[in-house]
Amino acid sequence: MIDFLSKLPGFGPRSARRAALHLLKKPDQLLAPLAAALADAASKVRQCSTCGSFDTIDPCAICAAPGRDETIICAVEEVGDLWAMERSGVFRGRYHVVGGALSALDGVGPEDLNIGRLIDRAAQPHVQEVILALNATVDGQTTAHYITDRLSHLEVKVTHLAHGVPVGGELDHLDDGTIAAALASRR
Amino acid sequence: MAEWSDTGISLGLRRFGETGAILEVFGRDHGRRRGMIYGGASQKKRALMQSGNTLSVTWRARQADSLGHFAVAEPERERSALYMRDAGALTALTAVAELLAEALPEGEARPDLFDGATTLLDLLGDPDIWPALFIKWEMGLLSVLGFGVDTTKCALTGAEDGLTHVSPKSGRAVRGSEAGEYLDRLLPLPQFLVDSSIPAAPEDIAAGFRLTGYFLSQRLFADLNRPVPEARGLMIDRLERAGKVVGATH
Repeated sequence: MIDFLSKLPGFGPRSARRAALHLLKKPDQLLAPLAAALADAASKVRQCSTCGSFDTIDPCAICAAPGRDETIICAVEEVGDLWAMERSGVFRGRYHVVGGALSALDGVGPEDLNIGRLIDRAAQPHVQEVILALNATVDGQTTAHYITDRLSHLEVKVTHLAHGVPVGGELDHLDDGTIAAALASRR
Repeated sequence: MAEWSDTGISLGLRRFGETGAILEVFGRDHGRRRGMIYGGASQKKRALMQSGNTLSVTWRARQADSLGHFAVAEPERERSALYMRDAGALTALTAVAELLAEALPEGEARPDLFDGATTLLDLLGDPDIWPALFIKWEMGLLSVLGFGVDTTKCALTGAEDGLTHVSPKSGRAVRGSEAGEYLDRLLPLPQFLVDSSIPAAPEDIAAGFRLTGYFLSQRLFADLNRPVPEARGLMIDRLERAGKVVGATH
């Protein structure tokens, strides 16, 4: 148990030992329910065949929700990015998880990403806009430009998230690149 | 304890563990080097060390040939943020970083190539200039790594004028009028590579990429037993769509 726990993000051997001990001390309140929840997740959670997110149903709850705007697809790099967008509560369209970003250093090419499925989805007649909410890194934006090119033959509007000064950010503490990007995107 | 300080171009940052990262730089006086960045996975540090940024770095290790770590890596010039919205410039920046990361041997200083890369990266905001400059920089890359194209005189006659083609076999310039039946086997030599005062038309840019592409794929990267980085092809595709390249590039 300690070996497996120590492989989780945020855990090392020492913290894994502490967590294991804590679980063992509370078998009924923590250990048994956690084991049951893990077993449940392992047997039920799968990747959505439409957007690539995780859920117990396929298509996932977001793809299946009738109240969401199916004319807009927001493409994100990872499932964690989708959760971040959902936490904000401001986007009510559909999502698509690309599964990473193009990176020669990590050996990730276009065929390793879930881009083909995004193109297929964007080609559906009801889709009007694809928002590329990829990370503001060289790899993320290179991927965004690549997807833009792949979508160029479709009658669909392609938009990107803005880059610049974060809410609560002070110019004095921003790096030069962010200030330059903010200035370039001024309106 | 081994230690050095240098100015380097970031070739990329790769996550290592949960909080760390491995930074690869092309240092002016120390060549391509890698090192750990403690806390390099943090958003703030990652932003500063994006590919194409010029950094002031101090590298330390117990031994000179071990991975080591960058004790200091501060940005001198942050280009990546400037070019994020410019698809052509961003793919060119990525192509420069990938070509350097894939082609350069580790730890060998190439100051001329570094200076050329810095100039090229600084000019990526001007789409009328950088494609020709990129080809010249690739010629420099080939030359520095021992696969240079000799455009000074004709391989057949020794003449220094009228050079129109390059032999794919020898990498030497040839007068097309002297090539006879071998003419169609030669690679066209765009004139802006012979005389820098001649402007580069989109057809010349295509011929230039075809020329450097041949020697990159058939000589340099064939020797390394790996393909030419994909970013170069993406960059040329984009230039073709923008009308900056007209004609065959392969």
